[in-house]
Amino acid sequence: MKIVVCVKQVPDTAAKLTVENGKAFWGDAPLIINPWDEYAVEAALMQDGADVIAISMGSESALDALKHALAMGCNEAFLVSDPALIRADSQATAKTLAAAIQKIGSVDLVVFGRQAVDSDGGITAAQTARALGWPVLSLASSVSAGGGTVKVTRSMEEGQQMVEGQLPAVVSVVKDIGEPRYPSFMGIRKASRAQIPTWTLADLGISAPTSVVHWPELISPPSREVICEIITGDSPEQIAATLADKILAEKVI
Amino acid sequence: MSNKVFVYVDQFKGTALPTSWEVVGVGRTLADQLGGTVSALVIGQNVENLAQQAIRYGADEAMLADNAVFADYRAEPYATAVSKAAADAAILLFPTTTSGREIAGLSAMDLNSGVLTDVTALELQDGKIIATKPVYGGKLLSKVTCDATPQIITLRTRAFPMPEVDPSRTGVVNRFDSSVTEASVTTQVSGYTQVEGGVSLTDANIIVSGGRGVSNNSKLSPPAGMDDKQAEIWRAQEGFRLVGELASVLGAAVGASRAAVDAGYIPYSHQVGQTGKVVSPSLYIACGISGAIQHQAGMRTSKTIVAINKDGEAPIFKLARFGVVGDLYDI
Ligand SMILES: Cc1cc2nc3c(=O)[nH]c(=O)nc-3n(C[C@H](O)[C@H](O)[C@H](O)COP(=O)(O)OP(=O)(O)OC[C@H]3O[C@@H](n4cnc5c(N)ncnc54)[C@H](O)[C@@H]3O)c2cc1C
Ligand SMILES: Nc1ncnc2c1ncn2[C@@H]1O[C@H](COP(=O)(O)O)[C@@H](O)[C@H]1O
Repeated sequence: MKIVVCVKQVPDTAAKLTVENGKAFWGDAPLIINPWDEYAVEAALMQDGADVIAISMGSESALDALKHALAMGCNEAFLVSDPALIRADSQATAKTLAAAIQKIGSVDLVVFGRQAVDSDGGITAAQTARALGWPVLSLASSVSAGGGTVKVTRSMEEGQQMVEGQLPAVVSVVKDIGEPRYPSFMGIRKASRAQIPTWTLADLGISAPTSVVHWPELISPPSREVICEIITGDSPEQIAATLADKILAEKVI
Repeated sequence: MSNKVFVYVDQFKGTALPTSWEVVGVGRTLADQLGGTVSALVIGQNVENLAQQAIRYGADEAMLADNAVFADYRAEPYATAVSKAAADAAILLFPTTTSGREIAGLSAMDLNSGVLTDVTALELQDGKIIATKPVYGGKLLSKVTCDATPQIITLRTRAFPMPEVDPSRTGVVNRFDSSVTEASVTTQVSGYTQVEGGVSLTDANIIVSGGRGVSNNSKLSPPAGMDDKQAEIWRAQEGFRLVGELASVLGAAVGASRAAVDAGYIPYSHQVGQTGKVVSPSLYIACGISGAIQHQAGMRTSKTIVAINKDGEAPIFKLARFGVVGDLYDI
C-alpha cells in the first residue's frame, strides 16, 4: 500500500513573533515540521505494510521538515518548489499537492495534519481530495487502511463518527492517533544522507495555479488592557463571596 | 454582479448548531449593506423546521435539500449540494465548525474561489470583504481578502452576536434538487458515539477549566492500594468532578489544559488551546492552570478571565481580570 504524507515547514510555536511592515518575523527561532504533521507521519507509518512517501511544498528550507519525516521512518521524500508558488493560497497548494500525488502514481492513501500552525486554515486536506476526485475523511482519531478501504473514527463537535471510504482516499488526523515516534539514531543518519528530489511546476506538468486569497497585512493583536485584581480576604469563604460579587458586577453573565 | 448572500446552517441529526444563527445574523447585515438577499442553505433529512428557523433569525429564503442521502453528514454529497445551490452567490458564509470548514474548502474548489477561514471580524468595501483572522495560534492577526466569487468565509463561533428571533418573519422555502445519488457517494457512516452530555465547549457562555493543579489536593486520601501515579490521577479525577459540579451549577462547560489531558485526568475533547479547542466564552475560570502561551491560544479572546492559582507569578494572571492567589481546594 502506497501512502503519501503531506508535511509543511512552519515557525516554531514557541517562537516570539513580531510584525514589521505587515510581515511576521520570528528572529532566529528555528523552522520546524508543522506539529500536526508529525501525527500525520505517525498515522501513515502505523499502517501495515505501508510504503510511506513524504511530500512538501515550500522553499528549500522545507527540506528539513522532509528530513524529519524520513528520520521518523518514511521511505522517500519529494519537495515541490517553484518561485511561482510563493504566497500560494490553500487552493493553489491543494492543486499542486494533487499534481505531485498524481506524479508519484498509484497512491492508495494521502494523510494530512489537522492544520498548519501558521495560517491555521485546516482546509488543504479536503481541497486536495477534491482536486484528486477522492473522498476526504477529516479529523481522524484512528485510521485503518487495507483491502481497498479505509476506516476512520472522526472527532466532531457532537461526538465520534465512524466512517468507511473506498481507496484511494484522503484523511487528516488529530492528536488521538497516538504520540508521534521519535526519530531513531539510524533514521537520523539515513535522513541526513538522503538526496531529496525537487520538482518544479514544469516537472509536475501543470501551469501555476492562481491564488485568489491574499493576506496583505499582518498585525499584532491589541494587547489586553486588563489589570488583574487580586482578591484577598480573611477566609476562603470570604474570598469566594467577594469574587462572586465582583464577577456579577462585571455583568458578563 | 450578484448581491446574494448564502449562509450554511450546520446541523446534527436535525438540531442546528447555535453558531449557525450567528452566521445568519452576519449574512443579514452584509445583505442589507449590499441591497441583496440572504438565502439559508439547509441540508439533511427531516430538517425543514430548520429552514423556517433560519428565516426567523433573519434569512429571506431557505434552500432546502432534504433527502435520505443526507441523513448522515458526509463531506462530498453535502459540498456538492452547497456548490450547486450557491453557484451564483456573491458571498457564501459558514460557521467555523468541523463540517462548515470542510464544506467551505470543497465548495471553493468546485466554484473556483477561495476560503477565508475562522474570521473574527469583517467589513465590506465596494462589495469586497476585508476580513480579519487570527494566525500563528492567535499570536498575530491577518487581514485577508478573496479575489474571486463567491467570497467564501467561515466565521469563528461566538465572534459575532446572536441575532434576535423574529417569530413573525416569513419567507419562502425552496426545495432544490441536489442531483446527489447514493450510488455516487463512496463513503459510509457506520456509527456514532455521542459526547457525554453537558454544554459544548465552543458554544459555552461560561467555561470552568482545570489544569495540572487540579491533581494537587492534599486533603484527599486516595483508596488504599494505589501507587503514586494512580493516586495522582485519582485525586485529579476527584478534582475534575468538583470542577464539573461547579460547571453544572453555573451552566458552564468543562475545559482543561493539555497537561491535564496528557496526564490522563480528563479526555482530549476537553482540551483548550492551540492543539485543542479555541473558545471565547463570556467568563473563563482557570483553576490550577499556569497559562502557557499554547493554552492562551485557545482562550485569549474570552471576555472575562478569572484565575485561581497558588503561584502569584503564573502568566495566567497577566490575562485575568480577577485573580485569587491561593490553593484551589481552600477556595
Ligand atoms: C506544540 C505544543 C502545543 C500545545 N498545545 C496546548 C494546548 O492546546 N492547550 C494547552 O493547555 N497546552 C498546550 N501545550 C502545553 C503548554 O505548553 C503547557 O505545558 C500546558 O498548558 C500546561 O498546563 P497546566 O497549566 O495545567 O500545567 P502547569 O503549567 O503545570 O500549571 C499548573 C498550575 O497549577 C498551579 N497549582 C498547583 N496546585 C494548585 C492548587 N492546589 N491550587 C491552586 N493552584 C495550583 C501551579 O501553581 C501551576 O501554575 C502545548 C505545547 C506544545 C509544545
Ligand atoms: N505547503 C504544504 N506542503 C505540504 N503539505 C501542506 C502544505 N500546506 C499545508 N499542508 C498540509 O495540509 C494540512 C492543513 O494545512 P492548512 O489547510 O494550511 O491548515 C497540513 O497539516 C499539512 O498536512
